[in-house]
Amino acid sequence: MAGATTAGRAQTPSASSKRSKRLSASPGQVAVALGIAAFLVLFLIVPVGTVIYVAFTEKGTGEFTLVNFLDFAQTDLFIRSFWNSLYVSAMSVVVASVFALPLAYITTRFEFRGAMLIQTLGFLPLIMPPFVGAVAMLLLFGRNGTVNLLLDDWFGVKVPFMEGLNGVIFVQAVHYFPFILINLSTALRNIDRAMEEAAQNLGSSGFRLFRRIVFPLAMPGYIAGASLVFVKVFDDLATPLLLNVKDMLAPQAYLRVTSIGIADPMGYVISVVLICMSILAMWVSARAMRGKDYATVQRGGGGLAKRRMRPWESAIAYAVVLLILFLVLAPHIGLLLLSFATVWSFSPLPDAFTLAHYGRVFGESFIYVKNTMVYASIAGLIDVVLGTAIAYLVLRTKLIGREWLDWAATAALAIPGVVLGIGYLRTFYDVRLPNGTPLAAFWIVIVLALAIRRLPYALRACYAALQQISVSLEEAAENLGATKLRTIRRVVLPLMAGGILAGFVTSFATAAVELSATLMLVQSNADAPLAYGLYVFMQSAAGRGPGAALGVIAVLLVALCTFASHLIIEKSQKVKAAGR
Amino acid sequence: MNQPLPISSLGANAVDVDIRNVDLSYGSNHVLKGINLHIRAGEFFAFLGPSGCGKTTLLRLIAGFNQADGGEVLVGGRDISHLPPWRRDVGMVFQSYALWPHMTVRRNVAFGLEERKVPKAEIARRVTAALELVGLAHLADRRPSQLSGGQQQRVAVARTIAIEPKVLLLDEPLSNLDAKMRVQVRRELRDLQQRLGLTTIFVTHDQEEANTICDRIAVMNDGIVQQVGTPMELYEKPANLFVANFLGTANILPGRVVREGGERFFDIEGGVRLPIPAHVVVPEGAKLVFRPQHASLGKSGAGDVSLPGIIAHSEFLGSTLRYGVKIGAAEVSIDTPFHSGEALHEPGSPVEIGLSLRSALWLAS
Repeated sequence: MAGATTAGRAQTPSASSKRSKRLSASPGQVAVALGIAAFLVLFLIVPVGTVIYVAFTEKGTGEFTLVNFLDFAQTDLFIRSFWNSLYVSAMSVVVASVFALPLAYITTRFEFRGAMLIQTLGFLPLIMPPFVGAVAMLLLFGRNGTVNLLLDDWFGVKVPFMEGLNGVIFVQAVHYFPFILINLSTALRNIDRAMEEAAQNLGSSGFRLFRRIVFPLAMPGYIAGASLVFVKVFDDLATPLLLNVKDMLAPQAYLRVTSIGIADPMGYVISVVLICMSILAMWVSARAMRGKDYATVQRGGGGLAKRRMRPWESAIAYAVVLLILFLVLAPHIGLLLLSFATVWSFSPLPDAFTLAHYGRVFGESFIYVKNTMVYASIAGLIDVVLGTAIAYLVLRTKLIGREWLDWAATAALAIPGVVLGIGYLRTFYDVRLPNGTPLAAFWIVIVLALAIRRLPYALRACYAALQQISVSLEEAAENLGATKLRTIRRVVLPLMAGGILAGFVTSFATAAVELSATLMLVQSNADAPLAYGLYVFMQSAAGRGPGAALGVIAVLLVALCTFASHLIIEKSQKVKAAGR
Repeated sequence: MNQPLPISSLGANAVDVDIRNVDLSYGSNHVLKGINLHIRAGEFFAFLGPSGCGKTTLLRLIAGFNQADGGEVLVGGRDISHLPPWRRDVGMVFQSYALWPHMTVRRNVAFGLEERKVPKAEIARRVTAALELVGLAHLADRRPSQLSGGQQQRVAVARTIAIEPKVLLLDEPLSNLDAKMRVQVRRELRDLQQRLGLTTIFVTHDQEEANTICDRIAVMNDGIVQQVGTPMELYEKPANLFVANFLGTANILPGRVVREGGERFFDIEGGVRLPIPAHVVVPEGAKLVFRPQHASLGKSGAGDVSLPGIIAHSEFLGSTLRYGVKIGAAEVSIDTPFHSGEALHEPGSPVEIGLSLRSALWLAS
């Protein structure tokens, strides 16, 4: 393939006469690269850099200092918050693993009727922002929720599922366990059957075989999922706030900046701590993965052998799966009930049902839905345009420094939403629009924050789409007289379309329910997106009904998009397979 | 390579393998149809056949990864059909080698011994011995991913023989190596098998591989054992057209037996006739089968029959020239030794073909 590329390039006379030009790129490509670089610098590097700068400088004078970090270390509240965040993240990983491990094991190792159901339902939590589920979980599992009322009736006990940090752990574990399920299932499925058979052939079987061969081979996949859950929980802002847990790091950062003020350095110090923890977790995950690309499936090898279950095994498996699925789907069920409920308090189920909440949401609150559609669409569009351009520059040109664009865009993964929000506030508050209002108060800033947050995911989708296209297809077009630009328009983009569209839909869907970054940037209700509206509604008992209705709409919106992107990906894969 | 055997010599107590009436279907797909085979103790035996013929299925059935619908497998006289794979003591080398990437070479080789609860010191000794046997003791602490394909293959063999299995199963062990390595490794495998005296079954679709290293071969097609024999027997006396065609190049001339005045003739389709010697038995509907080297161009020797043909094309194969020659409607391949400076037969030119009927076969199916 590489040989073919060089041969193709060498045919153009300008390239062979000027050797230096071959390593560089056309002026158009340079311009595009500079444009992307400017965007990333302006809306990612400068805001984050500002946050770090403020954390390390003295208030007012701008001199370098570590005093802010000393303050952080000497304040009990912050240290407690730090340990709480660490504890909640670690426990969320543990509880999420308890949910994910049996599901992954049962579906990949046994011939199990419900396997498809689990794989589908297992994804459901991801299409609902965790803080939306939190309220429903309170009603179902809280001190006076359905489950505890029933337990009290039957056994005279109450279980503190939702008390304090427990609540955050429970909600986060239920929400994020699919990350572990997906990664672990994939890892298990990618183990070549011969790996297991070789062990059996040498005398190993049963649990020993699992412990010595299967589990170590699936470990990298598990760690990848677990570290992702850890980071997400550590950075999440809205769930603890909604459950009224304030002594965690992300809520503290938010509260310092919003209540004490934008000039207070502590919010920035916490932000730096959050960034460090994110990078640390990613580093651990990368280290665990290094040199352990254990995808061992050979052509025609197939994954691990599936065994038929004995009747009693089957019974246990179904019981476990149903219990886990009930827990995992509880937020959805609770939310749906709540959205139709008149009053739901101190009773296992709502007293009566009504459609009034939906009426209210479609009336006065429809502005939230409209804003979300606009913001998420623009953000998704920015993401796929940047993603496609960066993927093309990296994969198809020899532009010097092109990897930097990729790295910078991907670095956004390590920046918690709350940090980006604080960075935008600080950086763009002093930038005035022509009419005198600060740029930070303009709704477009919300869109930019969403775009930056979702860019890494869209970039990977575009990258994958372009990688699947053989260079020879482009060379054939050039050979027949198409210029680079015409080749991109007539060959590359049509072939990438499926991947780009899937990237757009994913960006759109996740941006639609994002709150961590936007919570800080929304200045007026008129500019607020759906997630913000939900958050405001859920703050008060009276707002819960309409809030739940809005939540159901959000879930449906995201579910629809996820389903659409699934269809698109499948369809484009079919087209490509046919073209091969 | 003349060091004393570090692993206890198995040759003395090598066992035979008996496969009796083995039948296997996947749904409506009948994969193995009443297989009967006897593999002698200490023998290097091959299952040879095209892909989908059932050879790998049969090997996996011996290892216990496939369950037969009927019949049994006896190793050393003992029926192992109902034992799980981990109780069978038949060592298998996988086509993909299946080396565990999370373990070093040493740990990979030690695995089977650890599972057998062999004492630690004994494990260390036998692992070293097995690695020395394949010449890889110096790489014991590497990971499989740091080894070349040939080295990985040898680790896979060491891992299997370390448990001192009763039978060694090799599932296309050379298919993932490049052509040059393949020749070297197959010689090493043969050498190792001879020194261990271990009953070995080798699955391959490559007749050259099977011919060069195996004592006997079972040619399989369509779930049926077509013929069992030494490589030479199979080549010289193929039992049917499939075996004749699968092992080497065979010319197959369809035709009809006619009687005229007490003599028999074979009318090749397209109008060429040749006499059938009196003592030869020609089964009903038989075709005339001969190898390219059993015919010559130009003058025919004593006892040869002579046929008219037309040169269609020629291929230069190094030491020989292979001509495609039209006889009637059929085309046959005929090899002639290549002598430099000799004039070639041009395409389209008529030639006289001398065929030695003593080496020719009459096969009906």
